[in-house]
Amino acid sequence: METQPILEVSDLHKHFPLARGVWGTLTRMPCRTVRAVDGVSFCVEQREILALVGESGSGKTTVGMNVLGLQQPTQGHVCFDGVDVAEWVHGRGVSVESNAQLSGVSRRRRVMILRERAQMIFQDPYESLNPRQKIFDIVAEPLEIHRLTASREEKAERVRLALETCGLAPADHFWSRFPAELSGGQRQRVAIAGALVLEPRLLVADEPVSMLDVSIRAEILNLLHTLRRERGITILYTTHDLATAGFFTDRMAVMYLGRIVELGPTAAVLSEPRHPYTRALISVIPAPNPRRRRKRQILQGEIPNAIDIPPGCRFHPRCPMAVEACRVSDPPLREVAPGHRVACHLA
Amino acid sequence: MEALKKYLRKPMGVVGAVMLFLIVFVAVFAPWLAPYDPNVRVEVEPDDILAPPDAEYLLGRDDAGKDVLSQLIYGARVSLIVGFTASFMSMFIGTTVGLVAGYFGGRIGTLLMRVVDFLMVIPDLPLMLVIIAVMGRGLWNIILVIGLLGWTYTARLVRSQVLSIKERQFVLRARSLGASSARIILRHVFPQVMPLVIAQAVLDISVAILAESSLAFLGLGDPTLISWGMMLNFAFERALSRQAWWFLLPPGFAIVWVSLALVLIGNTLDEIVNPRLRTHHLFDPRRMVALVAGAPRVETPAEE
Ligand SMILES: Nc1ncnc2c1ncn2[C@@H]1O[C@H](COP(=O)(O)OP(=O)(O)OP(=O)(O)O)[C@@H](O)[C@H]1O
Ligand code: SF4
Ligand SMILES: [Mg+2]
Repeated sequence: METQPILEVSDLHKHFPLARGVWGTLTRMPCRTVRAVDGVSFCVEQREILALVGESGSGKTTVGMNVLGLQQPTQGHVCFDGVDVAEWVHGRGVSVESNAQLSGVSRRRRVMILRERAQMIFQDPYESLNPRQKIFDIVAEPLEIHRLTASREEKAERVRLALETCGLAPADHFWSRFPAELSGGQRQRVAIAGALVLEPRLLVADEPVSMLDVSIRAEILNLLHTLRRERGITILYTTHDLATAGFFTDRMAVMYLGRIVELGPTAAVLSEPRHPYTRALISVIPAPNPRRRRKRQILQGEIPNAIDIPPGCRFHPRCPMAVEACRVSDPPLREVAPGHRVACHLA
Repeated sequence: MEALKKYLRKPMGVVGAVMLFLIVFVAVFAPWLAPYDPNVRVEVEPDDILAPPDAEYLLGRDDAGKDVLSQLIYGARVSLIVGFTASFMSMFIGTTVGLVAGYFGGRIGTLLMRVVDFLMVIPDLPLMLVIIAVMGRGLWNIILVIGLLGWTYTARLVRSQVLSIKERQFVLRARSLGASSARIILRHVFPQVMPLVIAQAVLDISVAILAESSLAFLGLGDPTLISWGMMLNFAFERALSRQAWWFLLPPGFAIVWVSLALVLIGNTLDEIVNPRLRTHHLFDPRRMVALVAGAPRVETPAEE
């Protein structure tokens, strides 16, 4: 029997209305929107690590926020652990599966249940920790919010365990310090420990290493990998760096301008990329062996902004292989090999 | 600790703190320090009225033959009580309003800020005069009026800070952990604005003291208590024509002393805690260069 995916995102859209300004309001100009996420669908199986790869501004953080119900989707659904996240958090409509659990549970309680099961690690460890809280309080806060520990000793024990699991041992050496006294890598470990104390089933790691020194990236990624292996945590790992994504993930989704353009097993995507955008990204990864270096293919132009998304294939202004059809019709995500899907007319 | 060290490095702040300490000391130990009890009626000879300073009455006597120095010492109590209580009230109201308006925004926020705008455009002193005239001249009425009208600046200050703090990632993190709004405000937002609020509250104490003195000077002080403003009022009415400078100058000087002390302390605190650099072209240019060049960046220890 196939297990049900723990996370199912279907046709997710998140648009942000832009302020119109005085002139726009006076002339009743139609309100323009930023289409940060524009029709994204994917599943994450239990215990899987899925990488969401894309340039800055492609909408990765927005996907993460919607997965956790920190934003309300404009359209589409996020289904986590069998319930529609937006409905749980914002309490609108009926559940996708008429959920008996849901009735009679207060909105606040539902939010708490969700928060306990899914956690996020934020991009910037210099910003995501309250500068006026001690490390102990930062890691213990989730336990206090969810009233999970009966006694002080138990709380201290769980904080210690979380910190030491994350490589901050001995814990009492760190926990009376303030974030400013720690290095970036140590802070990110604190952030991970703070997410782990709740023993979540899903961890959304939003570019957890992009702000860190190259030398400590591997350690943090190893830590995430270990967590999956030892605790069976499912991880949605967001990054703009294909190299770190290839390092430890099972499957990979490549995002471009709010859409997934290629999705498949990490090895398949990296060895046989089908989408021109993926190929361009891979070609600029520094190869370990300089003699075998591939021909670099530098993309012309910048990623367009998410306000004026080009018609047809959204990649066509930068695509080296674009044909006439690309200007007019938007390629759907098609399966080209088992489990490997690509959104390109030529794939 | 770190903050205290920083404070002690600022000479102006240290001077202000010493000046304030002296006044607080005098106010607390007034009954022991004052040579006479100013609340006791004295039998007066015609010569005693507005007698100039001498060895027995260091600052001379007033128009009722009482010792000016003793009144000055007792007056410190009224000023400090009014100043601290009223400013504490303003701080509490202003911080609460600012936190709520900034964090929740929306209609409540707009409504609260409209109230602030409204109170800000009415000139304070005339309004206070009217209210005191109606409510009566008791000490508590005066404190209430000053405190209830003085919170608008704090509210604005706090709200503007909260607007940026609530967008920061650690607030989002708290939200993603399931923290309630109350918890986020108390644990994550308030601690960031508290230093600013305290600096502002110290400055507000001097504003409150000045307001009380103005009210008393205009004849609306608590008639049962001696305050510096009241002394000025009497001196203006009765002593000026007889050149009794010893009755007029000391209370004026005392008001300036305590306000100056509080402004020095408040500005020093503000300089330490305010993220925006409040500099003025009259300030020492070398310091401005130092501020620009050595923008306070938290040092991080070497990588693990
Ligand atoms: N709250 C918001 N209001 C308006 N626009 C937003 C908002 N959040 C995100 N955007 C826009 O949506 C787009 C996608 O943003 P997002 O942060 O999801 O990208 P990202 O892939 O995480 O990029 P990065 O690598 O820079 O973190 C960007 O163009 C961004 O400007
Ligand atoms: S559909 Fe056309 S433009 Fe889009 S990626 Fe494929 S070839 Fe390029
Ligand atoms: Mg991001």
